[in-house]
Formats: sequence, C-alpha cells, structure tokens
Amino acid sequence: MSELTREQAQALIEEVLEVYPEKAKKDRAKHLMVNDKSIEQSKKCITSNRKSLPGVMTQRGCAYAGSKGVVWGPIKDIIDISHGPVGCGAYSRGGRRNYFSGTSGVDSFCDINFTSDFQEKDIVFGGDKKLAKLIDELEGLFPLSKGISVQSECPVGLIGDDIEAVSKKKAVEIGKTIIPVRCEGFRGVSQSLGHHIANDAVRDFIISNRDEQAFEGTPYDVAILGDYNIGGDAWASRILLEEMGLRVVAQWSGDGTLTEMENTPKVKLNLLHCYRSMNYIARHMEEKYNIPWLEYNFFGPTKIKESLREIASHFDEKIQEGAERVIAKYTPAMDAIIAKFKPRLEGKKVMLYVGGLRPRHTVGAYEDLGMEVIGAGYEFAHNDDYDRTMKEMKDATLIYDDVTGYEFEEFVRQLKPDLIGSGIKEKYAFHKMGVPFRQLHSWDYSGPYHGFDGFAIFARDMDMTVNNPCWNMLKAPWLKDEAEGELKAA
Amino acid sequence: MAKLRQCAIYGKGGIGKSTTTQNLVAALAEAGKKVMIVGCDPKADSTRLILHAKMQNTVMQLAADAGSVEDLELEDVLQVGFKGVKCAESGGPEPGVGCAGRGVITAINFLEEEGAYEEDLDFVFYDVLGDVVCGGFAMPIREGKAQEIYIVVSGEMMAMYAANNISKGIVKYANSGGVRLAGLICNSRNTDREDELIEALAAKIGTQMIHFVPRHNVVQHAEIRRMTVIEYDPTHGQADQYRELARKIVENKKFIIPNPLEMEELEELLMEFGIMEVEDEKIVGKTAAELAA
Repeated sequence: MSELTREQAQALIEEVLEVYPEKAKKDRAKHLMVNDKSIEQSKKCITSNRKSLPGVMTQRGCAYAGSKGVVWGPIKDIIDISHGPVGCGAYSRGGRRNYFSGTSGVDSFCDINFTSDFQEKDIVFGGDKKLAKLIDELEGLFPLSKGISVQSECPVGLIGDDIEAVSKKKAVEIGKTIIPVRCEGFRGVSQSLGHHIANDAVRDFIISNRDEQAFEGTPYDVAILGDYNIGGDAWASRILLEEMGLRVVAQWSGDGTLTEMENTPKVKLNLLHCYRSMNYIARHMEEKYNIPWLEYNFFGPTKIKESLREIASHFDEKIQEGAERVIAKYTPAMDAIIAKFKPRLEGKKVMLYVGGLRPRHTVGAYEDLGMEVIGAGYEFAHNDDYDRTMKEMKDATLIYDDVTGYEFEEFVRQLKPDLIGSGIKEKYAFHKMGVPFRQLHSWDYSGPYHGFDGFAIFARDMDMTVNNPCWNMLKAPWLKDEAEGELKAA
Repeated sequence: MAKLRQCAIYGKGGIGKSTTTQNLVAALAEAGKKVMIVGCDPKADSTRLILHAKMQNTVMQLAADAGSVEDLELEDVLQVGFKGVKCAESGGPEPGVGCAGRGVITAINFLEEEGAYEEDLDFVFYDVLGDVVCGGFAMPIREGKAQEIYIVVSGEMMAMYAANNISKGIVKYANSGGVRLAGLICNSRNTDREDELIEALAAKIGTQMIHFVPRHNVVQHAEIRRMTVIEYDPTHGQADQYRELARKIVENKKFIIPNPLEMEELEELLMEFGIMEVEDEKIVGKTAAELAA
C-alpha cells in the first residue's frame, strides 16, 4: 500500500472509530493520531496513561506485572516473593526471557516462582505470619540470596497486611535487605504505575545503602539503566561500552545484582535505555547524587553510532577515541549485514505495538534495513514517550495509544503492512490474518537485538519472517485455484 | 415440615443483638421450633448463652487449623445447645488484621454447600456484626439467604440512625432479591416515650415495631451465668417478653421493602420527640472562644 496522506490517515482513524458507541468513540479518538512532526508536544494531539475502556480488548498488564515482572524480576540475587494467591507468581514466571548468568537456586533466583500461595484462611486471618515464616524458610533453603523483595498482589492491599513491619523485623533477623513493594495489581491504569512503585522501593531500600562505604571509582564509571537483558540484550550492550573504555558498574536490572544497584550512586553517568520504566530512579539519582543521565538507543547501527558518540561526549578524549574505534571496528560487519538484507527488505512496511520504548527505539533499526515504520503505539506510555516518538516517526504515520484489538486489526487490514512487531497476545490473531509477525517483547525465542551483535540477529530474524515462504502457502491449493480463476474471469 | 425461614438480625453495635437473638431463639426452641443460629461476627459471641460457653470451633478457625475450608465436615462446626438449638459461628481474625468480611462469606458458603440448612429446621437466625462495613457483612441478606430482616433498635439517636442506614442497605438487596424488612425490635434503654418514638419511626419506614422488650436486670443476671433468661428463670416476666416476641415473629406476615427516611425527616422526628435540639445554624463551625465573644 502506498503512503497515506494526512487526510487519508485521519479518514482511516475516523472510519475505524465509526463502530463504537458515541462515548467510546469520543474517548478512543483521543488516543489515536496522525503524526505531525511540526508539533513539539504530544499533549496537543494524543491522550495517554488513562484507564482503558471496559469492553475493549486492551493488552495492558497491572502494577504487579510492572514491578515484579519488569523491574524486580531480573535482579538475579534477590528473591522476589509474589505475596498473595499463587496465580500471579506462576503466570509471571520465566516468560520474559531476561537472561542471567549464575546457578539457579544457588546464587540466582530469576526463574523460580516464590509465592506465599494465599488460601482462604490467609485472606481472613491475614498473611503476615505466613510471610514471616516464608522468609525464614527462604533463608534456610537459599542462604546465598542477597535480599528479598515482597511483591504485593491485590488481596494484600485489600486486607491491609502490614508487609512493611514484617519486612523490617525480618531484615534485622536475617541480616539482609528486605524490600516491601506495594504494587497491588488494581493500582493505576496499567503496568506503568508498577514501574514507578518499584523505582520508589529501590529508592527507599537500596539506593543509599552504601552511601557511607568506600568505593574504588574511576572517571569512566557508568551504569546501564532500563536494560532487562531480554535474550542477552544487556550483554551485547555492555561490551560496546567496555570496548570504548567505560567501566559498567551496574546493569539495571537484567542480569543485575543488589550490590551493583547499591553501588550505582557512585557512577559518573547513568545510561538510560528504557526511559519509561526507569526514568524515576535516574531522576532521583540526579537530584540526590548529582549524576547526569542520558537516554540512548542501541537498536540498529545508525542509532548505536549516534548513541556511542553522545555517550562519549560526556567523557574525555580517550573515551571519544574509544567510541570511534568501536564504530570503525564494527562498521564493516554492519555494512555487510545491510548489504545482505536490505535488498530483501527494502520498502517493506512495519507496524509496531509494544510496551514502553521499542515502538520508537526500533524505528532506526528498521530504517537501516530499508524498512519503514508506518504505525507505532504503546500499551502504557505517557505523553513524554509520545513527545519522543513523534520525532522518530515520519509525517502522516499512525500513532495509537493503548490500541484495542479491534482497532489494531482494522488498521492492519487497511494498511496491509509486511510485518507486525508486537506481543504474544497479538501474534496468532495476525498470523491467522496471514501477516508476518515478530514478537518485540521477547524477541520470539531469539535475541539479543541490542548492540552491533544484536543487529545481526535482528536483521536475520526480520528477513526470515518477512520473506518466509510459508506466507504464500496460507491458502489451500483448491481454494487458491478458485481465487485465481475468479481473478482471471474478472 | 414447614418452609424454613431464614432471618437476619442487624442493628447498631452494642444494642443487644446477640442477647436478644439468643433469648428469642431460646423462646422459639422452648415452643418446639427447630432453630439454628449462625454468628456472623469475628468475635464469635452469638451463641454463648445457648452453649453456656464461647464457641471454640468457629468455621474459620477450624478451616485455618485444617488447612482449608474444604477439609471441614459439617459436624465439626455445628454444636447443639439449649433445647436442641444448633449453633455455628463464622469466626474470623482478631481486630486489625485480615478480612473478617471474607470470613463471613466463606463460612456461610460452607454451611450452605454442606447442607446445614437442609435438615429439619424451622428457623435460621444470622446474628451480624453491628456495622455493615463491607460486602461480607451483607452476605446473609443476599439472594437465597435470609428473607426476613429484623433490626434491633432503641430510643437513642445513634441506634435510630443505624436502623435507618440498615434499611437503606436492605432496599438495595430487596430490589434485586427477595429480602424484606420484617420489623424493628425495640430493646429498651428506658429513654422517654421510647415505644412511641420507635413506633413512629417504624411507621415512617413502612414497617412495624414488632415488639417492645423492656429493660430488666435479670437479662444481665442470666448473661453472667452464660444463659438466656428463658433458661435461667423461665417464670420471670422478662422471659414472657421474649416468648411474646417469639410468638409475634412466628405469626409475622408483614414483610416490606423499607422506605428509609431522608436525614432531614429523621432529624425532624428526633426533634419532635425532643431527642435532638432544633439546630441553630449560627453556631455551626464556631469555636468556644468565638461564641463567647
């Protein structure tokens, strides 16, 4: 499908909205926009971070998902207790592909579901005693854990369990950090509030733990914030920073540790990849410790090079030379990848609907391959995310916030993209529509996609999805003949 | 077997719901009725006078000990007291922890699923915590549970406020289910013109004052011995009062959807009976110092 004009795109939105009842139409219209690069602030044209309408198919998660699943879960040496009934912990276990190095059950605990498994009696009589017992048991079974976080599920907030008091008491008893997190799922409109609550808990229970301790720093200390090491992303990012001469003190939180996080206030610069989920703690460290923070983008060579140079600009010549050296080293390999895949992908249209950063951060990587992002949207972004997105997207492309299942399908039906990048909940609906699809939350059992190494995999994956011969075999042979026959007759 | 009548007793905390209910139930039992009391209060003191002891094996306590409510049997939670009255208590947490309302829901569901009401019973009485603070305490009046509500009230202002508020709650469930207000039980506090006042209140709400239970020390004497008056001193006049209440309830046919009063109406009524002073708008929000000036 050829590019839409602004008017056509607007008409498409209106057509899609047409089926809604009046009230829903009015509400949803505020969440859909046609990109206009001349507008500085997205608040003039899109509404975000509002409650989803009942009856639509939203793909959002909850505050618990944002805290336990996103921020806390990947920290490998902290045990996260899913405090409440068993389901939340069970269904959030191991689905995110945040890799870690270490021995599971000995010094790393990312892939185990720890839960207080509330029963009726725990609701009625309160779960405090059970929590205390659980912490004792954990200490006995997993003595090498560095700390414990208590991730509140909904009932904990309803019955008013005093998890703060239990955490405080038990922390003294076992001599480890215990962090109560009030991330009850019913709080807020999406997982976004969970990120914020999780950041606040980090601020209150971790960040200042080593303020008084000596630390052998270097002028080149940085921390990676908001990289969850999906398929090894943080590792592919870290090596670039190290190759250019920086010392990565901490990874937040993919393959991260409590000690790294406690040491983060000693760094010279915080590097922020997922702005949405960790801008809060970056801002806090800026206020309290005067540490500047910088957003960067490690998707695709163009953005990686830009980011490396911008990161280097905060340091001396040694690092700047290092950045150039790294860029020079990888450029031939990147050029070869582009030479190989660009001819196969040139001009292909992509629509994205992901979480908090990829709808804008991957645009450059697709463009490096000659592809074009014609629509992008977020499940739980705020307007500062859309401010950033509007700059990355071309004029007259579609931007959709908390898009409903129906809207997304209609946009795809009309715009006929060659590839959709979204999550597992969307995947099979679009497969059934015959549209090539990649999971952009979990990288579809692949990855890493960050860094130069990641781009090689990203390019290969997009090619093998878009140009997979299976898409031409979706119609049964006898129906195919019929369709072709009709075509000939017409 | 006559149709089982399920009744719930509500009223302001401390008004004497449990005492009145147990004396009433004792009178019904004495008259040959098969009755069961279900205490819906974490304090579990709704059956003490029938059993001569505080019920130890509440549904929720037993469930907690056994692991889950599914592990319980009906006979574990039912105890039989005076004249064959069956007793069950929901039980629940100590104040300040957990969720007492969920305890009531769980306990009542358990009793129902286990068929506690299927035996040869004439009456079930739910004695509910005074303040209906959440959905759990409204459980007894939901669809298919208690059909008749009696509100225990006295001539004190707050007791009447509470009675009116409970009526509002009943309206909500009456419109969606079969629950009806069956009358006000006046448990006298010896205030002035108390019977007339409660009768007037009942008339405005659209119900009846089903009985006026006078105040008498014998109730306390019996209670100290963990007994009902019916059992402690069956010849006493007070016992006859409870028998009269029991008879009226057996014969009661007046089940209505209440028409709760607006706050102004209720205040007018209280002023009419001299319980509340006519409000002086000029003094609202003024401190003592300002008024003195």
